[in-house]
Amino acid sequence: MATEAAVDVRNLTAMFRRREGDMAAVNGATFSLARGEVMTILGESGSGKSVTLKAMMGLLPDYASITGEVRVAGRDILKLPPAALAKARGGELSMIFQEPMAALDPVYTIGEQIAETIVKHEGITYASAMQRALALLERVAIPSAARRLKNYPHEMSGGMRQRAMIALALACNPTVLLADEPTTALDVTVQIQILLLLRELQQELGMSVIFVTHDVGVAAEISDRIAVMYAGRFVETGTVREIMRHPKHPYSKGLLNSTVLGGLRGRRLETIPGSPPSLSALPRGCAFSPRCAQADVRCLTTQPDETVLGPGTIVRCFHANTAMAEAI
Amino acid sequence: MSSTTAQPTLDPRDRGGPAQPLLIVDELTKHFPVYGGALNRQVATVHAVDGVSLSVRKGETLGIVGESGCGKSTTARLLMQLIKPDSGRLIFDGDEVGAPGGIDVTSMRRQMQMVFQDSYSSLNPRMTMIDSIAYAPRMHGLSAKAAEARAESLLERVGLHPRQFGRRYPHELSGGQRQRVNIARALALEPRLVILDEAVSALDKSVEAQVLNLLADLKEQFNLTYLFISHDLNVVEFISDRVLVMYLGQVVETGPVEDIYSRPRHPYTRALLASIPTLDPDRRTTVLPLTGDPPNPINPPLGCRFRTRCPFAEAGCAETTPKLAAPIGTQANPVTPHLVACHVAAAQQGAIHGH
Amino acid sequence: MSQFQAIGSIGVPSPPPIVAIPASPGYWRSVWGRLQRDPVTVAVGILLLTIFFVTAFAPLVATQDPTTGSVIGRLQPIGSAGHWLGTDETGRDMWARLAYGGRLSLLTGVAPVTISLLIGGILGITAGYAGGLVGTLIMRTMDVFYAFPSILLAIAICGMLGSGLFNSVLALALVFIPPMVRISETVTSQCRHLDFVEAARASGTTTSQIIRHHMLANVLGPILVYATSLISLSIILSAGLSFLGLGVTPPAAEWGLMLNSLRQSIYVQPYVAALPGLMIFVTSMCFNLTADGLRSAMDVRLAH
Repeated sequence: MATEAAVDVRNLTAMFRRREGDMAAVNGATFSLARGEVMTILGESGSGKSVTLKAMMGLLPDYASITGEVRVAGRDILKLPPAALAKARGGELSMIFQEPMAALDPVYTIGEQIAETIVKHEGITYASAMQRALALLERVAIPSAARRLKNYPHEMSGGMRQRAMIALALACNPTVLLADEPTTALDVTVQIQILLLLRELQQELGMSVIFVTHDVGVAAEISDRIAVMYAGRFVETGTVREIMRHPKHPYSKGLLNSTVLGGLRGRRLETIPGSPPSLSALPRGCAFSPRCAQADVRCLTTQPDETVLGPGTIVRCFHANTAMAEAI
Repeated sequence: MSSTTAQPTLDPRDRGGPAQPLLIVDELTKHFPVYGGALNRQVATVHAVDGVSLSVRKGETLGIVGESGCGKSTTARLLMQLIKPDSGRLIFDGDEVGAPGGIDVTSMRRQMQMVFQDSYSSLNPRMTMIDSIAYAPRMHGLSAKAAEARAESLLERVGLHPRQFGRRYPHELSGGQRQRVNIARALALEPRLVILDEAVSALDKSVEAQVLNLLADLKEQFNLTYLFISHDLNVVEFISDRVLVMYLGQVVETGPVEDIYSRPRHPYTRALLASIPTLDPDRRTTVLPLTGDPPNPINPPLGCRFRTRCPFAEAGCAETTPKLAAPIGTQANPVTPHLVACHVAAAQQGAIHGH
Repeated sequence: MSQFQAIGSIGVPSPPPIVAIPASPGYWRSVWGRLQRDPVTVAVGILLLTIFFVTAFAPLVATQDPTTGSVIGRLQPIGSAGHWLGTDETGRDMWARLAYGGRLSLLTGVAPVTISLLIGGILGITAGYAGGLVGTLIMRTMDVFYAFPSILLAIAICGMLGSGLFNSVLALALVFIPPMVRISETVTSQCRHLDFVEAARASGTTTSQIIRHHMLANVLGPILVYATSLISLSIILSAGLSFLGLGVTPPAAEWGLMLNSLRQSIYVQPYVAALPGLMIFVTSMCFNLTADGLRSAMDVRLAH
């Protein structure tokens, strides 16, 4: 094996064909993730963070055209024939969602859904699959797991459902777990439980996790690395400490600065003026330039390329160097 | 109204004087029946709000914080009289609402307005921004021209240019812009108290900060009092002067924001604060603050409602419901008291989690 | 929070130029504007108008009498001299009969729907807004009617009242009231719980003001769309009633009745016999497509 990366994404682009012209929801996302690493894609609504995950899973509708490479264990997921893709989905590549109620089938019990997935992927008997399902529910710390196995999704509380969905996603020992805002709909005391659980499972099973969130705090709790996404592009990637302490892209800075903390009481919050652009009407140059204080003529007319600052550390800004000097 | 002097006593509508709380809520209760079964009979009761008392002082921001099902949004709707309470009294600036000799619901609503969480569904999709803002003043007898002028000036105040945005429809605006319009609409009747029910929760973080700044500006300009309801503990700490923590339809702790956030006394408040993500990758949460989900408000536990998740629970907690009182071993500050509803001294003193 | 102190500040760039939006033309006018820009709706609308004018001015466009036949001129094919659409089984001119017949067919399409729109709409909006006991009473009453398939119900009512144009219109109106109530109740109760209605209540707006200013514009759209789609059903059902001898009585011309009487001639002159059916199909299709066009024109989110 030449590469140790569990996931290698090259130039992933998702175009939605629309009457008014094509719209790139994800525009050339490139990253690779080592085994056992957690990367968070941090962005606001419409930044393309969720579409990135769906594109990796081949879950986008037909009118979306996806180009690029998504290599998991050396195989390009996007080039797999449908049958092999179905096998990979829920197998080595698994996903959890924001709304477990929508992702779980309401007419089957939790146990049936997990067992069915195992049978489909591994062809073992239903009875032994059910045994595995029980062990999985225990693993995600669902109390009285044997009883819960026979529950329908609507009979469980929000946090319990989220745990059940994690158990379902782990059913076939995935090497890569994609998590699409799995804690956003949860209460804060339940959110921290799910975050701790995911962190524990990830370390124990050596999974790579790609976690999508809009919440800076959640990203700080869970990630090893962070990719900040804006208008379909990664504008900055780096380790969690780099991003949280010395963000280089003006958008990352603005996002961190506008995060509301109780300690800022009585002061005015620093804000990014304006609102995120619509993907169907992107500015000509850097997509952030209309909201950026540092924007000059070059920013307004040309799209900045990635500046590689180190392994896995990139920034997409003409002013990154001056900004760095400022930060030190 | 155009005067921006920040002296509450100059407000001609101020009847009770500066010391009279703007709103006093006394033992507010609302239970919703749950129907089911073959004959559609009542099978259970949701104890949405159970004996909530609070007071909002003139010019302050009272934050109400709690998780889903704690009754904070129902409380807001009860205060606005959008749903009828089962029992409880509202006293607005010294006048009891709906009582003989007090003020009626309509005059209370003129002085008390609300901003909802969903910026889209709170605007009539068939009305332009100007029409939406001007609507209530017109219904209260302002001429069309004057109402429109007021709407334009309010749009300007919330940071939207009237000529650019006034004639647009809700779907043509971004979430943040729509929420600004909703705020302008709430201000159109020149209220004194504005209830903000998760008003910034659905916004993007960068937009949330803008709207919070705007709320601070408007509070000063219009001499407003806020009741700020949110599940976001950081935002509540940022904006509130005093905080009320709710759990399963009841108030478990209340006090000045500094006291609540630095010396929480109720084990639930402590767990809530410890659950906030840290923002520092080197000081991540390692100990679970609380296990399980908030129980269902249908048939809540007897006695103290938190006891089923409380590590300090004793036998006595199941018997009597604790009343709000000064923390054991302290004297209550008579003006802004820190009160906690908990029987157990050890629970009140429990290891204080930093955040 | 020292790690945040080092971050460079974000200033405010110059605001974008202000583009004044011209005064809005009002909701219904903008719907009209969008309808005009939809080519399918425009084409269908022109076709419907043509059908309407031809039937309305039937004596002018069709010079022959629709009820006078000729024994020797029976079942002439399409394109024969003097009868460009041929003749029916008693030698009456098909063109004249189709033109005159359209009057009754359109009437039996539009009239029952209009009646049920008025009655059902009022009942449904009341049930949806009031809810509670009133709503339950109205909706449970409607459920009784739902127990019967609509065509059977129409036949039963017509059978009770006796045949005739007036009775078939009445029967169809009764048949359409329950679905009209149900759709109005659904959209009203959905709309009633939206925050903007609550916000209006919170600013002291009275119930009648809320219904007039906030509910109707939002509720009428879906109800009208549904009603338009019912017109085609009504034409087909009334054709069915005439076909069974329960609707319009001979010798008056009506498309359903014509289809019935030409049935025996299907092997002799299949094209002529198919003409009334074709007219029913085209007209009901037009109403359905109009309903679709109306639906998208009324959806403010699809504007521009």
